[in-house]
This record gives sequence, structure tokens and C-alpha cells, in this order.
Amino acid sequence: MSMPALEPASPGTTPARQRGLRRVVSAFRDAHGVSKAVVWVGAAITAAFILLAIFAPVIAPYDFDTYRTADGVRFEKQEAPSAQHPFGTNVMQTDVLSRVIFGSRTAIEVVALALVVSLAIGLPLGLLSGYHGGPLDRGLVLVMDALIAFPSLLFAIVIAFLLSDTFGRGVVTAALAISIVYIPQYFRVVRNHVISVREEPFVEAARAIGAPPRTVIRRYVFQNVVQNVPVIATLNAADAILTLAALGFLGYGIQPTQAAEWGYDIKRAISDAGAGIWWTGLYPGLAIVLLVTGLTLLGEGLNDVLNPVIRRRKTEPVRFPPRPGNEGTP
Amino acid sequence: MAGRSHSLRRYLFTRIALAIPMLLILLTLVFLLMRVAPGDPISAALGGRLPQAELDRRRAEAGYDQPLIQQYLEYLGDVATFDFGTTIVDNRAVTDVIVQNGAATLELTLAAMVIAMVTGLTIGALSGRFRDTSIDVGGRLFGIVIYAAPVFYLGFLAQLVFGKWLGWLPTSGRASPVVTFELETKTNLFLVDAAITGNGEAFVDVLEHLVMPATVLGLVIGGVFIRLVRVNLIQTLKGDYVEAARARGVTERNVVMRHAFKNALVPVVTVVGLQFALLLSGAVLTEQTFNWPGIGSELVRYLDNRDYIAVQGIITFAGLVVVFVSLLIDVVNAWIDPRVRF
Amino acid sequence: MTSAAEPALSVRDLRVWYGTPGAPVRAVDGVSFDIAAGETLGLVGESGCGKSTLGRSIMGLLPEGAAADGDIRYGGRNVVGLTERDLRAIRGADVGMIFQEPMTRLDPLMTIEDHFAETLKTHEPGLSKAERRRRSLDALGGMGIPPTRFGQYPHEFSGGMRQRIMIALALVLRPRVVIADEPTTALDVLVEAQILTILTDLRRNYDTALLLITHNLGIVAEACDRVAVMYAGEIVEDGPAEQVFRAPAHPYTRELLASIISLRTQALRAIPGAPPDLRDPPSGCRFHPRCPDAMRVCPAMSPAPVWVETGSTVRCWLHGPAELIPPGGTEPLERRRPEVADEA
Repeated sequence: MSMPALEPASPGTTPARQRGLRRVVSAFRDAHGVSKAVVWVGAAITAAFILLAIFAPVIAPYDFDTYRTADGVRFEKQEAPSAQHPFGTNVMQTDVLSRVIFGSRTAIEVVALALVVSLAIGLPLGLLSGYHGGPLDRGLVLVMDALIAFPSLLFAIVIAFLLSDTFGRGVVTAALAISIVYIPQYFRVVRNHVISVREEPFVEAARAIGAPPRTVIRRYVFQNVVQNVPVIATLNAADAILTLAALGFLGYGIQPTQAAEWGYDIKRAISDAGAGIWWTGLYPGLAIVLLVTGLTLLGEGLNDVLNPVIRRRKTEPVRFPPRPGNEGTP
Repeated sequence: MAGRSHSLRRYLFTRIALAIPMLLILLTLVFLLMRVAPGDPISAALGGRLPQAELDRRRAEAGYDQPLIQQYLEYLGDVATFDFGTTIVDNRAVTDVIVQNGAATLELTLAAMVIAMVTGLTIGALSGRFRDTSIDVGGRLFGIVIYAAPVFYLGFLAQLVFGKWLGWLPTSGRASPVVTFELETKTNLFLVDAAITGNGEAFVDVLEHLVMPATVLGLVIGGVFIRLVRVNLIQTLKGDYVEAARARGVTERNVVMRHAFKNALVPVVTVVGLQFALLLSGAVLTEQTFNWPGIGSELVRYLDNRDYIAVQGIITFAGLVVVFVSLLIDVVNAWIDPRVRF
Repeated sequence: MTSAAEPALSVRDLRVWYGTPGAPVRAVDGVSFDIAAGETLGLVGESGCGKSTLGRSIMGLLPEGAAADGDIRYGGRNVVGLTERDLRAIRGADVGMIFQEPMTRLDPLMTIEDHFAETLKTHEPGLSKAERRRRSLDALGGMGIPPTRFGQYPHEFSGGMRQRIMIALALVLRPRVVIADEPTTALDVLVEAQILTILTDLRRNYDTALLLITHNLGIVAEACDRVAVMYAGEIVEDGPAEQVFRAPAHPYTRELLASIISLRTQALRAIPGAPPDLRDPPSGCRFHPRCPDAMRVCPAMSPAPVWVETGSTVRCWLHGPAELIPPGGTEPLERRRPEVADEA
């Protein structure tokens, strides 16, 4: 049995008894009220945007590049919010609300793709590198460290630029550029975690009974490491949205004819600020803030719940019953 | 304490020695990156604008028809002598670009860092100390939302509110045109120059232009620091030496400030330094939003013009800055944390 | 040993419970003992029996979610229920604590001198710098730490030396009561001997009442005047060390002693079963599920403290009081053997 809050726990490693993501669920149930609320709020916001992204064509009143009605009447340029255009129109004569909704589709698509790619590359590389060590590991670490040291935005810009010559300026290019920026981060986190797990007694025990490296990695190391991935992935996704918006703002993101993108819209809106036109920039920006906040809350909440070092268990106030009056009573 | 400075010096040498391979890798990566694009930079930038003979001549002069290895070695040699080349489109020495525009970025960065540290450290410390109270929730939420707001969005809002609607502050540039023309630039840091030359009017003007971009950038970075300081403080407050200090009756205030907070700052120093390096190498977004003539803006401009030589030079510089600042951070770490030196 | 004068530390009916979802964890559940000035009381028990909690509760150092109830008296008043502010005045000055892991108990960014300065400034702000220095060096000197190392950082000292520094820090204000929570568990045997010598000298040189918490019976035999054996949050036996070791009155004490491995050990002996869950301890005598001499009365009623001729107090129905045992209660208890699955 354990005394709550007295046992120092080694951060993040548990015996294979509580497999991978199942531990996430049990830790969640134990957690302090505030952390749980944070996770729910974050999850709700994120889910809302995902729904928006999936059902964009149905929800949005117009397409992202529609500049006239069905009868061929062009929209007003930079028209203030009205019944027809609840968020107004922008300088391109397109409906801001629709662009915001389709923007979420772009954001979710790009970030999801980038996530998959960086995980697909960073995770196995980190696992192998951390577990086997040796010259492969040393080389990879040197390269990855150098990449991490590089300012991520500059890096993304240059990659996006270079890729756009070959692949054009679409969702794929943006996703690839962003994923390259995050691969070293996944690599480093996974590798460090693998190294600490590798030294744990239960892994040594598995090796001692003759388990081949593949089994050891799969059964023990991977399960442990995978617990950290949800938190990092979520927080990286939040960051990726900001990077995508930044790319769009600078003009290296997605071609405006291919999809709507929030950052690009704000770029066009900056000059509007001088004229007092607020709706072209306010709403896309709010969308970014909301989605990133939602993802961050989700990630931070999960971290609070899962990380044993800063996790707080629920405590109830103690009430002492009156003492047993006589000797010899139960 | 003779022992202390000696071990510090020894540590410094080791760190410098270790930085060199990292530097080489970085430079190699930059070099390769710039050669990934097909063709050569000269043609890419000026193709179609100059006769073929002229293009060929310039290409040979810049050395683009030599074998790759030779180009690589020349590149390394140039970097070692701080020769970053000459831009193609406007024939400026890249070093000049770095000095002049770099100073603008430096000014912005320094101001932003001050704001970031003040907000980040105070709110983060309060959040960590009063964990799970409304102060904590408020502080954390503030940090999260502020970080979620892209700097260009905050810039947009600031320009709208403080520039257009309230009319308090200017919304673009480092200084008004008159001041820019008149100010004697010695350090290229306008505030400093205005102060040294005793130009009060210029000082105020420059300050007015600096407030919005620096605050917007500073707040966003501060948001990152809040989270960092809070987590570190919570962790150190659980430390064994904190419990031991409490067992000796040390007041809670001293326990938090003197033991927990100081120890919590150790990892924060690293992040602050890295952020600084990142910002120095181009606070691109802020500069674009506020028309701040910094090095990030120049990078964008040269990139748009396909001026790969300039881009290479600027990115190389960025990489150098990061490596140098990491070195600095490690030294600072060794200075504050005696354990690091051993 | 027990003198007519008032004990330096007096604990009566102390309960320390942790609030968890569900039933509270009853880490300390009705503990009473005294320690006289200059006396060393060893508190032994298995891991998780509540001894660390007990030690910390004496200076009110309870973790989050824990609450205490009962009487802890030293310096004339009951410490249970005091405000944090009052407790802070007491900690370090009236009661000192020596912790288990010396490696992490000193602030890595502060020199030894800084540590002492902080403690002294907190409790005796009127002292001059020179006087503080003198007191600190005095305390350190008593532990064998030379003045030349006063300005060094914790990481420059070995584990044993750090523990000695901790002891000096705990003693610099001359508290009358000192709690040592497993002070040598993290140290190797040779260093352990040095630390123990220092601790035994405490009673001679400073007249301190020392509560020595440990799971190591050998230490108790060497360094303690009296010993209290703790099981599942209660003290089951409490008496002069020599007597308890020579003629243990409680079956648990007996089993503990029997399980010690020495050069004469022929076969390993462990106590079957595992320590109980403190959220739901066994009824009656808490040791009854594992006790080889359990009787029918044992699960039914909690035994009363009984004084035995050897000078110990024991809570065990084997020692009576006979008049409280219902008829048939002394029959051996029928129960199934603890299965392998019951073991921890």
C-alpha cells in the first residue's frame, strides 16, 4: 500500500503492468478536479474545431473564395458585419465567416498530416537510437540537436520555400515543412525517455530472461514511452497551428486560391487596421487563439493528470471519530 | 575563491571545444540547404534580367561553377573571416545588412525580453506559489491565451486600438522619418544613440515607436515563461531541501523565494537565453507587422527576390548567433549553479 | 532512564490520518509514549507502518491532506493544532529533525555558511555575524567538519559529511527534542557507524531527547535506551531496549527479532502475510492475521496496554488483562493459512 504524497515517484516510468494508454485512463480518474476540468474544456474546444473542419462545406454560408451571390452580384468589398455576412467581407470581397470556417479545415488538415509524418519518422528514430545507442545514436543526436537549435520559424520558411518550387504551395508542402521542424523534437523526447526506461530494472530483467531486443522494445519500452506522446503531440499541434499561421502571414503558406488560411487573412487585414476596419482581422485571429488555447489546455491538462511528479491526488478532509471510550473495545 | 574561477575557466574551454562540431554541422546544413534548389543563386535571382554572358561572368566570379567541395571549403573559409558575401539584388555587403538591420532587431529584442521576463517571472512565480488558487488559474489562463495569440494578431489589435482608435502611439517604423534622417547613428541602436547625443526629442520619438512592438512581442514570449517558471517552481517546492528548510522553521516566504525560486530559475535561464537567440536571429513576424527594419524583414525581402546569397548569409549568421548564445547560456549556468562545473 | 522529572517529549493518543477518496488512511492511530531528557527512544517497524508520519507530525510537518489529533507536548504546550506561524517558531529551535537522504537535503545553490546563517537569522535575529559564525563553526566542529570548508557547496561533500552537516544544522539551536528519521539508511556501513556514534553522544553532550526512527533493529540495539515497536499505526510494545531484545513480550517483536539475519542464521525466517491496508485495518488486534499465537479474542477486541515485569508496556491479549477476556477467548484462532496471493 502506498502513502499518498509521501512516495517520491520516478517521473513517467511505470512497470509494464499498466500498459500504455490504459494508464492514461486510470491516472485520469484519480486526478484533481481542476486538471480534469481543464482537459474536458480543451477537448471540447478541439472537438468543436474538428467538427467545423469536417463539416465546413455544410456549415459555411459560402465557399472560401466565393465573391458573389448565386445571381452573380458581387459582394461588397470590406463590408461591415451584416445579416448576409455575419463577420463582414474582406478586401478580396469574400465572406469572412466562411473563410474562418474553411480555415479550420485547412488548419486541421495541415496539422494532422504534419503530426502523422513527424511521429512516423521521429518516434521510430528515437526508439532505435535510444535503445541501441552507439555511433548511430551519437550521429543522430548531433544532427537533431543542431536542427533544434535552429530558429524553427526560419527553418520552416526556408523549407517551405524550397519545397514550393517542386510541390507547389498547397496543404502538403505546408504540412511537410512543419513536420520537418518538429521531427527533431519528437526524436529527442522519445530518445531521452527510452534511455531512462532502458536502465529500469524491469527492462534489465526482460533482457536477462533472454527476450530479443525487438520484444523488449515493443513490450516494455514502447508502452512506457507512448504514454508521453499524447501530451507532446497535443502541445506540438498547438505550436504547429501557430507556425502554419506564421507561414501564411509571411506569404509562404498555402496559395490563397487553394484554401483559406487564417494567417494569410490577417496579413491582408493589417493594412485595414489603419482604416479602422476591424472585422477582417479580428475573427480569423480569434479562431487561432481559440483553437490553440483549446489544444494547449488539452495538452497541459493531460500533463497535469499524467505527470506523477506534479500530479495532485484528490484529498478529502479528514474527520476524526470520537475515541473508543474503554479499553478492550473493537 | 580561487577554486571557483579556475573550474569556471576550464569549463568554458571545454564548452567552446564542444561548440565547434555543432557549428560545423549547422554550417554544413545551411550550405546544403541552399544548394538544394536547382540551378545557381545568380540565375535564380537575376535570370531574365541580365544577358546570359553577364550572368555567366558573375556566376564564375562568385564561384558557382566550381565543384561542390571547393564551394563548401570556400564557404567555411568565408564564414571564418566573417565574410558573408554580397547581396545580388542590391549589392550590399551582407555584413552591413547584419550590422544595420541586426541592430534594429537587437533593440526590439532587448526591450521585448525585458517585458517578457518581468511578466513571465512574476506571474509564473505567483502561479506556482499559490497553486490551484484563483491566482494560479488566472495566471495560467493568461499565459496560455497570450501565447495562443500570434504576435501579428496582437499587433493588429494593438494597432487598431492604440493606433487608430485611441491615437496614442505610432504603428510602424522605428522612428518618424524626420528623426530617422537627423539622428546620428553610432551604435545603430536608436535609443542609445539618441541618449548619447542628448537628443531628447528623438529619444521620445524612438521610444514611442518601440513601445507597441516590444510589448506585443514581450507579452507573447512572457506567456511561455509563465508556464515554465510555474512548473519549475512547483517542482522545486517539492524538493527535499525545501522540506528540510521548513523543518528548521524558515519562513514560507524565504522558503519560496530563496530556496525554491532560485533553484527553479536555473533551467529557466537556459530557455531565456535560447529565446533571446531565436529572437535575435529575426523577430520576423513582429518586424513585418510593424514595418520594423530588422534582420527578419530583410530575410523575407531577399527571399522574395530569390537572393540566395543574402539568404544564406543571414541564415548563417542566425545559426552562429544561436551557437554563441548557447555557449553563453552554459557559461552563465556554470556561474550560477556550482554543480555544473564538475 | 525514566526520571521523576517531566519528560522532554510527551505524546498522548496521537492520530494522524490522510484523507483519500474513500476511507482515510490511518497512518498513526492512537500512539502514546514519553521521552525523557537525554534519553534515546528507538521507533522500529516495517516500511509503511507509519513511523515516518509519526516523526514528522511531532513538528507538525504534515503533507497535504493529512490531519492530526491528540496531544504532543514539549516545551510546555500541545503542538497539535498550533498555527503554522507558531509551529515555525518551534521548528529548529525546540525540536530538530534529521532526515533520511542527506544527498538532497541541502540547497545546492547555497553554501554551508548560508544554510547556518539562514537558520540562525530566522530564530535569533539579534545575533551578530561574528557570533553566528562562531556558533555555526562550533556545531560543525562538534561533527568533525573543519572551518576551512565552511564556505563550500553541498555537492563538494560526501554523503556521510552531508549527514553530519545536517545534524549540526539540527543542533545549532540546541533543541531539546531531536527526531532522526532513518538517518543512516542511505549511508554505507562504515559511515553509519560514525553517525551512530555522534547520535549516541547527543544524550551525553547535549541532554537531548532523541527519537530514532528506523527499521534496522541492529541500530536500535546499539544506540537506544528504550525501544517502541510500531505495527499498522499502533505501538505494540514499548520498553527498555535490552529487555525487549532479550525477552520480547509481543509476538510481532519476537518475529521481527527472529527474522534478523546474523552469522548464526541457519534458515531464513519471514513473517508470513503482508502489513495491512491502513484504510481498512484488521479488527481487534491488528496483528492477528499474521500472528502465530493468535487467540479467539484477538480479532474481537483491541488489546489494552499492559505493564510487564521487565519494564515494558505491551498490547497483546497473551499478557492479559485476563478479566477482560470473554470465556473461550483464549482458544487458538482458527483461520486459513495466508495464501501466496496475499503476500505483497
